[in-house]
Amino acid sequence: MAPGASVARPRPADLASQRAWDLAARVCDPEIPVLTIEDLGVLRSVTVDGTRTTVTLTPTYSGCPAMEAMRDDVLTVLRGAGYDDVTVELVLAPAWTTDWMSEEGKAKLVTYGIAAPTGRSGVRPAGAVRLQLAVKCPRCSSLNTRELARFGSTSCKALYECRDCLEPFDYFKVL
Amino acid sequence: MSTPSRTDAGPSAGAFAPDRGHDHGENEGHGHVEVDGVELSAELVEGPSVASHDVAEYALWLGDDSLVLAQQLGWWISRAPELEEDIALGNIALDLIGHARSLLHYAGAESNRTEDDLAYWRTEPEFRSAHLFEQPNGDFAHTIARQFIAANYLFELYSRLAGSADATLAAIAAKAVKEVDYHRDHAAQWVLRLALGTDESRARMITGLGDLWPFVDELFVDEPLIDRLEGVAVRPSTLRGPAWEAMAPVLREAELDEPRGFISSGGGRRGDHSENLGPLLAEMQVLARSHPGASW
Repeated sequence: MAPGASVARPRPADLASQRAWDLAARVCDPEIPVLTIEDLGVLRSVTVDGTRTTVTLTPTYSGCPAMEAMRDDVLTVLRGAGYDDVTVELVLAPAWTTDWMSEEGKAKLVTYGIAAPTGRSGVRPAGAVRLQLAVKCPRCSSLNTRELARFGSTSCKALYECRDCLEPFDYFKVL
Repeated sequence: MSTPSRTDAGPSAGAFAPDRGHDHGENEGHGHVEVDGVELSAELVEGPSVASHDVAEYALWLGDDSLVLAQQLGWWISRAPELEEDIALGNIALDLIGHARSLLHYAGAESNRTEDDLAYWRTEPEFRSAHLFEQPNGDFAHTIARQFIAANYLFELYSRLAGSADATLAAIAAKAVKEVDYHRDHAAQWVLRLALGTDESRARMITGLGDLWPFVDELFVDEPLIDRLEGVAVRPSTLRGPAWEAMAPVLREAELDEPRGFISSGGGRRGDHSENLGPLLAEMQVLARSHPGASW
């Protein structure tokens, strides 16, 4: 495992790689277009070695179909900027977690109408029926909300409704 | 910096790509085939990641379990009792497809076969899934019973496989276990709702569990392969206790007894399957076999 592999945003140290990182970092999630792959923590490394550029991404969920679009968009952006020899690799370890999502990313999610993950991964209480932290309505900020379905419009989201403003909304699940 | 070119980014069709056809030899020797490749051996973890024959066989077992279960669950899309459940079962199936892709990709590398080769071009006796996963969807309670057993088994399996000496299996498991945790939560909530709901829903839950329980035993049988994979594979017999301890509190809360009855002899790991797998594979494989090499 590379040093810094569990860092949320392991931006490289050398200037050439940083330049390529900053380009790749602009690619957005096709399902949640306000979030970049850097905000998500999906962008794991960018290395420029001579003329060869290697980018590694990690999937949010194992079956997430958006990974292919993100991979293609990274290739398009880097090739468009003149990087000829680009390889995008997929890594599974360390496993992605919502803990890597940036604070800026969480703020953008809420503005977009999706409640950001509450709490950190690994602290989900065990037991047959689990209690969890209240999820705040992204529209009216009420904490009086309830889960309608744990599985929502994409792998990473659950469906909630607000009992005050009565609007349904998506919640980005802690993983 | 030179002008951007559109040559291929890697030597092989991507592990991401859904369009890798059966005849993967046909692209070889063409100078400018556009393949946005993820180099197979570079995927998942750093370092060499071609499994030995035994590890490949083990990965095949686990990959087939996930693939067959995902294919069964996919049937519910547009047919579940409510829209939210339609989406939930579809999402769970999608997670399982993700696990199957990673596992079959790894299993196939040793014999130079892609995940699609393994999914679409093997015959029924070549599948290694345990019988539980191919059991019919039945009514919704049967599906929930199968899901309850499967998710608890997979959670205990993957939480231990994450410590495997095989880095690729460990990486796949460490990721999968977090997703399967949501699956077992989903199943537990439905077991409670059905068992403590109406007389009708309770009766169906009891029938569903009773019909699926004979296939629990096969999950915990140690095959000779496991002896050769000490430290790599998780010994199935060691999961029996933990899986039961995970299920027992839910059954207790749901006021359900452990079902009693006959035990299926299984045989999925040897390629002996029930009458359910053939039709499932026929439906899953027909498109790929009708149009070999097609992409979309």
